[in-house]
Amino acid sequence: MVDLTGLVTGPAQTWGTVRLVPLVRPEPIVDLRLHARVFGDELSMALLPDRTVYTAYVPHAFVASWTRDGTPAAAYGTQLGEPLRRVPIRTHRRMVRREAKNRLRILPLHLAMEGFLALHFGLPEIAWEDWTRAALAGGLSPRVEEAYSGAQVRGLDDALRIFEFHPGQCGLLLYVGDALAGAFVVPHPEDYRALHPTLIRDLFGELIHEYALHYPVRDFRAAIDDGLVASLADLRRQAVRQEEEWAGFHDSVMAAGLTAPNVQDVYRLGRFTLKRFLPAFDRRAENHIGELITDEEGRTAYLKTFRLSQAQVRRGYLLSELAAHGWSLVATAATLRTSSAELRTRIERAGFARLLR
Amino acid sequence: MDTYAELIECEDVLLFANAAITSTGQREFHGGAGEQRLSLDFLHRYVHGNYPGLYAATLALDINDHNAALIIATLLRERGAVDGRLIARRLARMSPPRVYRLFRQLQRDGVNNRRTRAIMRDWLLARPDLAFDAVKYRSAVKAAVRHAHLKPAGELGDFLFAPRRRTRFDTPVLEAWRRAHYDKKALYDLPYTVAEGFAARHGISRAVFLERIAPRLTRLERLRLTGAARGSGVETGADLAALPLVRAASYVLSLPVEERRRHVAALRAGAARVAGARAGTWGNVTAVLDDSFSSYGSPVKKRRPLAVALACHYLLEALAGRYTGLWLSGRAEAVTARPAGATPLGTRVLDALETRPDRLVIVSDGWDNAPPGLAAEVLRVWRRKLDPAGEVRIAHLNPVYDAERFDVRRLSPLVPTAGIRDAEDLPALVELARFAEGRTGLSELHAYLKERAWST
Repeated sequence: MVDLTGLVTGPAQTWGTVRLVPLVRPEPIVDLRLHARVFGDELSMALLPDRTVYTAYVPHAFVASWTRDGTPAAAYGTQLGEPLRRVPIRTHRRMVRREAKNRLRILPLHLAMEGFLALHFGLPEIAWEDWTRAALAGGLSPRVEEAYSGAQVRGLDDALRIFEFHPGQCGLLLYVGDALAGAFVVPHPEDYRALHPTLIRDLFGELIHEYALHYPVRDFRAAIDDGLVASLADLRRQAVRQEEEWAGFHDSVMAAGLTAPNVQDVYRLGRFTLKRFLPAFDRRAENHIGELITDEEGRTAYLKTFRLSQAQVRRGYLLSELAAHGWSLVATAATLRTSSAELRTRIERAGFARLLR
Repeated sequence: MDTYAELIECEDVLLFANAAITSTGQREFHGGAGEQRLSLDFLHRYVHGNYPGLYAATLALDINDHNAALIIATLLRERGAVDGRLIARRLARMSPPRVYRLFRQLQRDGVNNRRTRAIMRDWLLARPDLAFDAVKYRSAVKAAVRHAHLKPAGELGDFLFAPRRRTRFDTPVLEAWRRAHYDKKALYDLPYTVAEGFAARHGISRAVFLERIAPRLTRLERLRLTGAARGSGVETGADLAALPLVRAASYVLSLPVEERRRHVAALRAGAARVAGARAGTWGNVTAVLDDSFSSYGSPVKKRRPLAVALACHYLLEALAGRYTGLWLSGRAEAVTARPAGATPLGTRVLDALETRPDRLVIVSDGWDNAPPGLAAEVLRVWRRKLDPAGEVRIAHLNPVYDAERFDVRRLSPLVPTAGIRDAEDLPALVELARFAEGRTGLSELHAYLKERAWST
């Protein structure tokens, strides 16, 4: 389970099928902040008032001019400190021009997600860049699944636009049709304000896309029993109880799905550790993949999860099996009780044909 | 209460009045411009079709100019008996650009019946200085004159349709316009918007131009140019206290926080002017004011709901004997308000009731979301259980039209809700709100509308 100590669930806001649950940090973490580049050229924004040193981080797939010649690149995996691991992006001219304004952008669609999947299994990066180019030019060769950007999820843009931040808000749990679509936590409210608009560029599986077309979710409605009220003080007591119920409503009903069974440490900088986690790739349960940065006590400072679609769960399963057997086709095929040729077909169908020799 | 049908009629009219006060067909926080227009258009058709008499009578209320223009356009387009004087009185209250825009609209729609022409003619003839209009709104006046089949007297016709026919005009403003083409000095006798074009043509520097045109600026131009002119070292001398309260509040909210504090006195003076003889007569008043994120409005109506709340704050302060203003964010200094955070209306209403007010005024867009519906519950229990006699008079004023409900969003059926546009209307709206409570009937509403129609 992800340790969310230090974060308090705020009361949810719903809009149609989308339910947004804010995560509030009573005491923000000040020594881990977004990399200054993320805020554009205004370096001062991320500087601490007392000029103490802070650790910087860059979210996965974050596009900015990281390279010396100013061409855009995406952070490849969440980075602690300087974004050293990055993927050059080939964009057509119009996108480059928009890039010049230093606007927040997250790598769109399958690149982010598939790269993310691949990243977890430590694929060779050379192959990845090559694969990026192929995927950009023609998409994944056999498209066996649909993935949707947040802009395509109905009602999500409005829900994010009209969402009213809570004071000290450092994170968000995003539900569509009451299925957890993703969790997002940052160390500081300012970072959150900067990154909130990028949530619309997140990737969602077809499950979430379809849930968004369903009926609106039921919102909590306050209800006070007037039999219990004889004075204004009673009324206040009842109102406070309603508020508690409302905030508690979420905790008890919905936050259970976010588990992180396979956590691995990736990188350590100062008192912070960057970790990645994988789900169990169980086809009957929610499968969330994600990255988190924790402090020395294991409390979450940064968290970003994606909910895998069913097809991605299948792919993940395939990759995890392959990785477990040292990328040996024969050994993996033996475990899956199939032939090596069939496994080859499965890998090709999953869109990883380029990984095969 | 009379019959069921009358109850519905009463409700429909109030609903329409609320819509016509708040909606401008522009984008709001929760809805787009398209939705707003569609919804408003339906409402106009519905009310005009079912209650043509009352539809025209709403012109007498403090509805906004956008809706007044829509109503007048509808009335002139459709057949049926219409009180021309009602339209004329409303046109006289509207700003000239709005009226010219309406005339353009009539022209585009091909509405050119005798009644329309007569109304246009009377309005144009009643203008204090038509020559001035002809210079300032040249193409609009030209179109209106043409559409109404008018023959302007004297040289005005030549000015509009054949300006080169004359080598000089006798009317000073027309002559100034002619000379401004080649004489730099003449353009300072023209209205600012026209002079600006000539100044650019003559290559006059902005600082010099602003300084010399300053006496010719209108009230709103002064306000709008304050910041820009200060950059060139010119003081436009905008008088915040003389402006409509919400307009002044909007301007103040557009400034950085430190600068806002300097204008508090002006806002207070404006509120005192509006309150007039009623100042200090409202007894013990508490207001709950919405500064949640949704009070930002939209890019086209920036901070409008927040400005309304701020204006109401100062006006209520002037009207009340003892006043408490409670912002949702909990801030103490009203002028520093900024639209951020959730909308915990329920808790704030409770805080307000604890101050034991005679009147409670809630200014909010009604999207109570922290927790949803708590304000409604608090108000319901308060009204049913703790104050059934209605000793505390509660009114909810809502500056935002909700396109989906064809009305402003209500907090609770037990508390009257009225749409609000200008803070100046607040006393009248609190009065109108009693019709929504269902205690007064249709005949009273008719009487009220009639009285308003003749008093304005």
